[in-house]
Formats: sequence, C-alpha cells, structure tokens
Amino acid sequence: MKAISHLILFCTTILLCTSCSKEGGPAPDQSRTGNLQLKFDHIVGGKKLQLGTGEYTNGDGELFTIDMLKYYISNIVLHDAAGGEYVVPQDESYYLVDASAVESQFVNIEVPEGDYTQLTFIIGVDSLRSTMPIDHRTGVLDPAGDHLSGGMYWSWNSGYIFFKMEGRSPAIDLTGDPTGQHRYRYHIGGFGGYDTPTVNNIKTIEIDLSRAGTANVRSGLSSNIHLFVDASKVFNGATTVSLAAHPTVMFGDYSQVIANNYQTMFAHDHTHNFETISGIHE
Amino acid sequence: MNRQQTGVRQVVVLCLVLACAMACNKAADVAPAWFGGFRKPANFPDPVYDLSANPVTKEGFELGRRLFHDPLLSRNNTISCASCHIQSSAFTHHGHDVSHGIDDRLGVRNAQPIMNLAWSRTFFWDGGVFHLDMLPVAPIENPVEMDETLANVLTKLRQHKQYPQLFEKAFGNSEITTANFLKALSQFMLMAVSSNSKYDKVMRGEAGVAFTGDEQAGYVLYQQHCAGCHVEPLFTDQSFRDNGLGPNPVDDRGRYEITLDNADRYRFKVPSLRNLRYTAPYMHDGRLLTLDAVIEHYRHEVRETLNLDPLLRHDGGLRGITLSETDKGQLLAFLETLNDAEFVTNPIFRNEN
Repeated sequence: MKAISHLILFCTTILLCTSCSKEGGPAPDQSRTGNLQLKFDHIVGGKKLQLGTGEYTNGDGELFTIDMLKYYISNIVLHDAAGGEYVVPQDESYYLVDASAVESQFVNIEVPEGDYTQLTFIIGVDSLRSTMPIDHRTGVLDPAGDHLSGGMYWSWNSGYIFFKMEGRSPAIDLTGDPTGQHRYRYHIGGFGGYDTPTVNNIKTIEIDLSRAGTANVRSGLSSNIHLFVDASKVFNGATTVSLAAHPTVMFGDYSQVIANNYQTMFAHDHTHNFETISGIHE
Repeated sequence: MNRQQTGVRQVVVLCLVLACAMACNKAADVAPAWFGGFRKPANFPDPVYDLSANPVTKEGFELGRRLFHDPLLSRNNTISCASCHIQSSAFTHHGHDVSHGIDDRLGVRNAQPIMNLAWSRTFFWDGGVFHLDMLPVAPIENPVEMDETLANVLTKLRQHKQYPQLFEKAFGNSEITTANFLKALSQFMLMAVSSNSKYDKVMRGEAGVAFTGDEQAGYVLYQQHCAGCHVEPLFTDQSFRDNGLGPNPVDDRGRYEITLDNADRYRFKVPSLRNLRYTAPYMHDGRLLTLDAVIEHYRHEVRETLNLDPLLRHDGGLRGITLSETDKGQLLAFLETLNDAEFVTNPIFRNEN
C-alpha cells in the first residue's frame, strides 16, 4: 500500500515537473512533426487595433483610423540554433492575414520536431509564384478569390497586391480624396517586373525567436509564436509618412517607402510551447 | 474485271455507304471537318503560348467561343467580349477611337485585335499582362469595360443551367474553376489565327498567287522603312516604342504605367500591320482615322517627343519616313496584301448560341 502511494507521489511529481517546464521536454525527433502556430496580433503603437473605430496619431501628428488591413505572408522558413532549417513546402506557404477575420490571424503549419530560434517569411508573393501558370494560383492566390472581401490582385498589371491598408484621417482634404471621405488608400505590390525590371516590394522578415522564446515543436503538441504587428510603423518607420501629403499610394515609386516602413512592423512578443492542439486559437 | 478490282469496288461502295450514314448523323455527333485544333501556319514561328498546358479541343474552343459572346461576363449582363472585339473588324471595335463599355462608359485606348495572340509575349498597349490566360481578367474587372469581378462571373456560371455541363465536356470536370474558365477563353483566342492573306500565300509559294508590280515595290519599301519595328511574319516585334505622336489630352503614358521607367514614357506596343483594312481607326488612342493619315504622320508629322524612337530620327534633324507619292501608293498596295478576308469571315468564330 505504502509502495503504491509512493509510486503515485512519484508520478505526480514527474507530471507536475513536466507541465511546469517551458524549456526542456523530450529531445526533438526530426522524423516526427508537430504543430507550429504563428499568431498575428495587430496593434497601433501602444494600443490594440480597433478596426474602424480606434483613433490613433502618426509621427506627423495626424489623426487616423484603420478600416482595412491585410497582407500576404509567404515562403515561411524555420531555423534552429545548429544551422538547420525547415522550408515550408512552397505550395502550402501562402497565407492572407486580415485584421477583420480572426481565423486568418492564426497560421498553423505542420513542421518537423525541433527547437527553432529564427523565423523568416516574406510579406507579399515571390516573383516566381507571381509569374506561374494559372493552375498554380489556387486558394488565397486565386485571382477570382474575394480575398476576404477586397481584391488582392491587379488585373491590368498582372500581379498581387501584397499589402492593403485603408482608413480615414481629418488631415486628408478634398485634393487628397475628391470623394470627400477623407480616406487614405495604400495598395502596395510590385514583384519586380516580368521582362522589364520595375518596383520590387517583396520584403523578407527575419525574426529572432531566441530572446523572447525559442519555438519547441513536438509531436502531438503545438508551439505558438505570438507576433505583435504594429500598423503605426506604416507611417512611422524609416520614413515619417504624412497622410495629407500621401493619401493614395498604389503602384508608384512612393510604394517603396511604405513597403520599407511596413517591413519593420513585426515583433516577436513570446512563445507558448507544449500547448495541446485543441483550442488552438488562443 | 478481276477479283482484286471487284474487292476494291466493294470497299469503295462500303466507304460511300458509311460516309452517307455518318453524314446523316446530327452535326453535333460528328466533329465538323473544320476543327483541326490549333495549327501553326507554315510561314510562322513556334507559338509563345505553351499549348501542351492547355491543348485546344473542340469542346474547349466551343465553350470559349460561347463565353466570348456571353454578356454574363459583365456586371449587368450587357457587355460581352464580342461587343468591342467584332470578328468582321478583325476582332476590333470598328469606327471607335476608344470603346464604350458598360453604361456607355468610355475607355482611353483603342480596342486591339484578337489575332495571332498565340505568338504574343505581352498583351495590351502597355504590355501589363504577360500571359494569355490572365488577359480576360483585365476587361472583366475594368470599371469602364465590364465592371464585374472574376469571382462573380464564376458564381453566375456555376448557377447557369448549361455551363457546368459545358465545362464537364471541355475539361472532364463540371466544377467551374478560375483556371478552366480562363483556359476556355484562351482556347478561343488561340484559334484566332490570321495567316491566309495574299502575303501569306505568296510567302508559302502557293500556286497561282503572286504580288503585282506595285505590291512587290511596296514590299521592298516596307522592308526598307517599316520592318525595323513591324517584323515579319507577325508584322510586329512586340517592342514598346514612341512613334512621335505626342501625348493625348488624357496624358496616357503607355508602357511607363507598368515599368515606372521614364525611358518608357509614351511608349506603346508596336501593333501588327495585318488586317488594317478592317481595324480603323489607328494608334493607341484611335486618333488617326485612315491609313492615308497614318502614312502622312510618318512622312510629315512625327513630333520631337521625349523618347522618340531612334529609327524615326535621321541626320540633320529630320524625323519620320521619307516616301514619295509613288512610294506611298506602292506601300498602300503592299499593306492591302496583309488583309485576310478568310479570317474576318470564318464561320467557326461565330456565336452559335
């Protein structure tokens, strides 16, 4: 009897230790796979993004709202400390994140077990995929997709819109928006041109996970990488962008300024490891 | 009559009976003699379009033909592709400098012919589209043309009584996908091959066809003055050039809109010289109404524009092309040989529905 209670105590201790541990756990076995989740959490400076209703101020002192925010994430690669890398298969590596659609903000991918210290991805769609035959443009890349209500494809200048942000600002007058709605419209694309080089706004994002939490991917469990996406960086990045001066930015040279700015909007906040797969959203 | 001859006669009779029996079948049951799929003319290079990725079949072509003529592709079901691309005008919009699309909204460019597109590397006056399969998305979604979304066109087709069946016949799948919708339209456009002008027959050495003296002289003049851009046998090198027209009132900057390169300002795709009899007016904005006016432009009216093509610049500040009145007549005679009456009257392109 005493032996059994000792055994129970021992087992409980082991279980408690295991569940407390954020590090450690069994060593990764690359022949097995586990779930990796990327969570895109939208903020504006120090505030949570409230789509359509929240009011914010940019670096130029202009008040603005964000009524629409969406962008492509693609070509996801994971790196471990030993220099190994896992490239998510190309056909499964395109996601459209939309601030108005909660499901789109959680990207779940099945990857080999590993302790990943770096995450890289592209904001936008690589030039190779942008020029592939129509059969290879399915899912979020289908030019007929409603792209979560709002086209992400330019038909007159074949290519995807990588990043779309729209909203309002009292700083925008009738010259800036002749419709009188005080709207700004940023539609950023440009994969570099098919046969003539032109604007290339394909941006690779590298995120160091080692500081705020290595992603420990294990079979049957989920490792959740929580990213903060700060939309204020669109105006307050390398260049301070004035909404009054640039209410509409689409296919033009200034799109490169916006793309350079939004390249800096991703930051790793923390990672939850060894999460159960159920209730995978939060 | 020996035994062998009797045998031959029996076979001939049998064949005739069979032929009659087949001819008695409903037309739909037998592939019409006209349908040979896509065929490269003997005097043409290999096509640019990868036909192995979308082989042209009778069913696919017929589906594409029906879609091409169906106003369902526009927002309010009023405008079809054929509204502005009329076969008798070599699939252009005869008499319109720019076309009127949905709600009679006007565009800013002259409708281009749907002709020999299997050999095109880029599409539209600015070359913004680089694959034939992606071409139809532009007019469907352009607010002044069809003002519809591709997604909604597919929804309408899926709800249609006949289209799912027609897609099944063409692609072995009744599910209407973006790819199959666009490929059906491509099959129709790929078949629009214009290669039976007098010029083509002369080049292929067809019996009893020869240039007249004026046509031959015009051909030599064409080679001297025009072939730098309008390269045989498609009569375009598909480059983008500024031919000294000067900006128009809407300041359409052409190729620049796609490349954002200042060297491309006011450059437009070199159009083919085929079927000019049917495709007036001319130039990207239809500003020249007659061929005579086109030749006069090159003789006397080429302007000193920002990116004027070097081929139109000559020593001593001269611009354009030097042609005498006789030359002009001969050149026009040669251009006449590039008209393909079979292409603009071929019944296979007609709407059957």
